Amino acid sequence: MSAVARNVWILGGTSAIAQAYARRKAAEGGKLLLVGRNEDHLKANAADLAARGGAAAVETLDLTGAADRAAAVGKLAAQFGFPDEVLVAYGILGEQERALGDLAHAAEVIDVNFISVALWLLALCARRDPARPLTLAAIGSVAGDRGRGRNFIYGAAKGGLDRFLEGLAHAHAGTSLHVLRIKPGFVDTAMTAAMKKGGPLWASPDRVAADIDKAVARRAAVVYTPWFWRWIMLVIRLLPRPLFNRLKI
Amino acid sequence: MTTSDNEIESWGRVLKARHAVTTPAFLSDVGAGLAQSSRPALALGCARSYGDVCLNGGNELMRMTALDRLIAVDWESGIVRAEAGLTLDALLRVAVPKGWFLPVTPGTKFVTLGGAVANDVHGKNHESAGTIGCHVRRIGLARSSGEVLELTESDNAELFRATIGGLGLTGLILWVELSLKKIESAYVEVETLPISGLDHFFRLAEDSADWEHTVAWVDCLATGKALGRGLFMRGRHLARGGLRVHGGPRIAAPFEAPSWLLNSTTVNLFNLAYRHRPWTMGRDTVHYDPFFYPLDAVGGWNRLYGARGFFQHQCAVPKAAAPGAIERLLRLTGAHRQGSFLVVLKLLGRRKSPGLLSFPMEGATLALDLPNRGEPTRKLLADMTAAVTDAGGRLYPAKDATMSAEAFRLGYPEWRRLEALRDPKIMSDFWRRVAA
Repeated sequence: MSAVARNVWILGGTSAIAQAYARRKAAEGGKLLLVGRNEDHLKANAADLAARGGAAAVETLDLTGAADRAAAVGKLAAQFGFPDEVLVAYGILGEQERALGDLAHAAEVIDVNFISVALWLLALCARRDPARPLTLAAIGSVAGDRGRGRNFIYGAAKGGLDRFLEGLAHAHAGTSLHVLRIKPGFVDTAMTAAMKKGGPLWASPDRVAADIDKAVARRAAVVYTPWFWRWIMLVIRLLPRPLFNRLKI
Repeated sequence: MTTSDNEIESWGRVLKARHAVTTPAFLSDVGAGLAQSSRPALALGCARSYGDVCLNGGNELMRMTALDRLIAVDWESGIVRAEAGLTLDALLRVAVPKGWFLPVTPGTKFVTLGGAVANDVHGKNHESAGTIGCHVRRIGLARSSGEVLELTESDNAELFRATIGGLGLTGLILWVELSLKKIESAYVEVETLPISGLDHFFRLAEDSADWEHTVAWVDCLATGKALGRGLFMRGRHLARGGLRVHGGPRIAAPFEAPSWLLNSTTVNLFNLAYRHRPWTMGRDTVHYDPFFYPLDAVGGWNRLYGARGFFQHQCAVPKAAAPGAIERLLRLTGAHRQGSFLVVLKLLGRRKSPGLLSFPMEGATLALDLPNRGEPTRKLLADMTAAVTDAGGRLYPAKDATMSAEAFRLGYPEWRRLEALRDPKIMSDFWRRVAA
């Protein structure tokens, strides 16, 4: 990693993984911009980062829905400088059962986790100076690796994002644009508040942030975090369909 | 805020219960969560207390560990305000490189600030520094009435005193403002001396005024003339060596050890080896991590006591009665042959905590683990509690799982004032046991 302080934008700056990652950047003296919807929460996170030695600004913005993303990227770049690195950290788990009947909820899950993210990344790419290195990292999910009955709407959104990032990376292979697909398993955050926690499969936001940090530094294409999810998901992807269909996972 | 149904156990692993658990992510969620909850609630930190002060079975627990932000720091004066869920581990990582240390620290850094204040923890420097409550400047407290109060020695003074050592019962601690201690180095000069018996311990402890931190390890299976033999360790912060931060746990104990592993023979062997470890005798320079937190090196060490878990007895006894009371307690454990690797003995100083129900008193404190062998262990704990009560002492609620309401009320005569100031929507299994 270069010694020059990096300008890092975090879309979804109130997420626990985002904050854990931002703390690492703050400790390096990085310049951070936290973008999100709740101003008080963003400010609480920014104060924490400032106390840790970083410079953190906040921008209150609804990242989802019909925002004019091209204009927003232009405005933020003018105000804070175009970033060296963008981490997209927002998302919602949604409720599968509800989404099956409530199409508006299904649309929300797909928009928040996939469409809106893809559009932000396109807006950033359109605006970037090809001569300057840029890292685009987005938090997907192991749930995107294979459609499963219990959460395939969320899984499809994260899977769609995964294909999008894969294609974006392919289109820019060999250039100064680095695209990182982050695939966490179970992370102990507010998003998973309704789930039973504990056990070896659960990771802390800081553990995930450490893995993201390493993956950004070595310009990895994909990072499963913690590492064992790569092998768990390999097995799940390779399960023959008749067997897979009998599993209630 | 979403709720999940979880079984939560405390550090001793004897007590466990199902709880509705919520995990607020921002301070503003805490008060709202308390107002909404239909059942009694309790804040939970790292669940490192041994008994039931952190449990609220069948009711609600608010897990505070996601509230781990620094709110404001001043590295000139060493004053830090942070959310209650910040662990001492995380605070040290930020403060040590800036030349600041905890003014008082318990034997593990894996506790939250809120938990440290709620239990008014003490450390190896109690003689000079008192408890952590002596270094708390300000506390943010959410009450179920919807109020968010700032507590200091002068504003809301009664609640300030009741919240320090108040076992989380006065409201939900949102944040804590603490004065840190200036250090020049992350290293500590340590001297380890053999002690031949209890008299020797008290003499050495009295002669260690130049050493900020003192503690003794006692071989609890030694009897007769050898009663009270062990090692005396004293330390003081050095001025050189650099401000290196600690690392993570070095080994983990991910599995339960079989219960038979801990018996008087293995404990004897351990104690023999520990007492004769020649490599640590005399003076040495060590990092703060192994000095203050030796057990933190083994992640999940509580599993080493097996599936049935263990109890810890920790008492404070007043100065005049201390030698006799400690001797009586050691005779009891020696007679029961209920071994314990970790018997810690230390003097407590006279510096008073502002805390209403603060545990330490001028005198001595003895702490020891007892593997749970069912009824005989409970009988021993009851006998030890009686010995403590006879001496005018008391047990540490953070460690206790068995004391009677009577023993508690004798030890903490101010308990009715805490009960009067308790938030009506907050309750713990401990409080149900001793005060309800």
